[in-house]
Amino acid sequence: MTATTTTAPIVIRPPRQFRWLPLATIWIVLLIAPFWLPLLGGYTALASRILVLGLAAMALNLLLGFTGVLSFGHAAYFGLGAYGAGLTLKYLAPSTPLAIVLGTMLGGLAGMLFGLLIVRRRGVYFAMVTIAFGQICYYIAYSWNGLTGGFDGLRGFSRQPLHLGPLLIDIRTDGIAFYYFLAALFAIAVALMGFILRSPFGRTLLAIRENERRARFLGIPVEQHIWISFSISCFFTAFAGSLYALLNNFADPMALHYSLSGEFVIMAVMGGMRAFWGPLLGAAVFVSMQDYISSMTVNWMSFVGLIFVLVVMFFPRGLLGVVVRRNGK
Amino acid sequence: MAQLILYNVTNGLIIGAFYVLMALGLALILNLSNVINFAHGNFLALGGYLAFALSPTLGYWGALLVSPLLVGLVGLVVERVMIRRVYGRDPVYSLLLTFGLAFIMQDLARYIWGPNGLPLGLPDALSQPLSQSLFFITWYRVFMVAVVIIAVAGLFAFLRRTRVGIRIRAGTLDLETVAALGINVQLLRTFNFAIGCLIAGLSGVLAAGQIGLNPNMGDDLLMPSFIAIIVGGVGSLSGTLVGGLLIGVAAALTTIVYPSASEAVIYVIMAIVLLLRPRGLLGEEGMLT
Repeated sequence: MTATTTTAPIVIRPPRQFRWLPLATIWIVLLIAPFWLPLLGGYTALASRILVLGLAAMALNLLLGFTGVLSFGHAAYFGLGAYGAGLTLKYLAPSTPLAIVLGTMLGGLAGMLFGLLIVRRRGVYFAMVTIAFGQICYYIAYSWNGLTGGFDGLRGFSRQPLHLGPLLIDIRTDGIAFYYFLAALFAIAVALMGFILRSPFGRTLLAIRENERRARFLGIPVEQHIWISFSISCFFTAFAGSLYALLNNFADPMALHYSLSGEFVIMAVMGGMRAFWGPLLGAAVFVSMQDYISSMTVNWMSFVGLIFVLVVMFFPRGLLGVVVRRNGK
Repeated sequence: MAQLILYNVTNGLIIGAFYVLMALGLALILNLSNVINFAHGNFLALGGYLAFALSPTLGYWGALLVSPLLVGLVGLVVERVMIRRVYGRDPVYSLLLTFGLAFIMQDLARYIWGPNGLPLGLPDALSQPLSQSLFFITWYRVFMVAVVIIAVAGLFAFLRRTRVGIRIRAGTLDLETVAALGINVQLLRTFNFAIGCLIAGLSGVLAAGQIGLNPNMGDDLLMPSFIAIIVGGVGSLSGTLVGGLLIGVAAALTTIVYPSASEAVIYVIMAIVLLLRPRGLLGEEGMLT
């Protein structure tokens, strides 16, 4: 009953002297986004959204693309990160770094805890259990009116300016400064993820993805590895979630709902889940399309649903998957 | 107090009956095709809306019979056109596909019938209360439970007694062998998917009479149905039946003690089952994949 995919691992391999080129391109595009995006009808907050949601999709992809197990409940940890950050700012202390740390801890620890039970299932049932556990968090945020604001969401907090020694960075009102703040944190998180994937641990995850049974025969404690991978993925997702609360100065139950989990998954698949940068590209395309469609029609749900269906039926390898395959031939 | 407990237990059984009907359809599809049908709640809503559209011409009883069949037909087409393309691929694709489908179906329902709730008219005989002392039990509630029992019994008889039903059960255990014996597995899966949708359509008509119609009426039932399957045990339809009733009654009984925890309790049950018996109450050991 194991439905393992037979596609070979896809790795981008340009000639040796040009290895740095894709990475440099990505970072240049990201760093000058506030300048070229308005020319295309975008705005800086859209770029910030793409960074944050892209980070969440990349964190999910640690699990989906590089461990080979499907979580359809990652919005829960994203949302917990958002609520953690929001509650910190509102009730605890007006400090942006503290909000990020506590938000990340809240979502990450919840992921570790739930992960213990979730890793007991595999395949579609793994996905099903992740959804159900995700909905617990949604349900709590929805019904704990006094603390979370219930259905209306958590309001009444805002991100605070940063004090770096003598330097004061006003990320509160300056959208572009906040974008660069996000980009810096994004860079750190992505570097950490890349480091984890290159480590022996990351290679072991790939081995589990490719052939779980063989990995087990080699003496790899598969359950434990999946649990660790799940926890790491949840910490990064919660980190993105805390940034999301700072971006919107708002956290609402929909940030925990499984429909957002589905969006993370489609971002990863659309961009190419076997490519490290795929989910970011997927997030850029999906978020821009969603932004455009929802400004055009009230029936945006149909179009978003259509994107899902079309990607699955005609584009299952994703954007980078297609590019890489053409290169390979 | 006895009245209160009785009220909540009957409530729980009725809600549980809906969980069971919905979860059985989901489990049928899940067991044979390894596909989680996210759009199942939307097939349910479709059943309700079709009954609403048909009842002026066919009357309530006609709509009750015809609408589920139409939903089954829609399910058949959806399986043929879309779902069958993702069999054997990574589960992520079937999930995304049915997820997108759920978005489209919900939006279409809203587009056609409007975002606001609509009532489904019931025959007079059904809307009377049973008696003065048991004022909270209308004949409709009794009728709903009776229909659910008949449908579930019919489904189990179909799976045990008919050739197609036996093939479906065999396919759940070992699809490759069934295919090797010369049975058209594609057709079997299509038929099975249609039956799952038909059951969803039936629960939609029944639910519409109780809670009315709205575009996302199936959403609230989707998550409990998942939990009914997880609790009952993967691969076991009787498990799903037990799981659905269990969480329905547990939620209703919690309402007496602490109303705001009534939904939380079903998640607690799920966590306990996963902790102590990961394969589920009646799940078979080998199905734990």
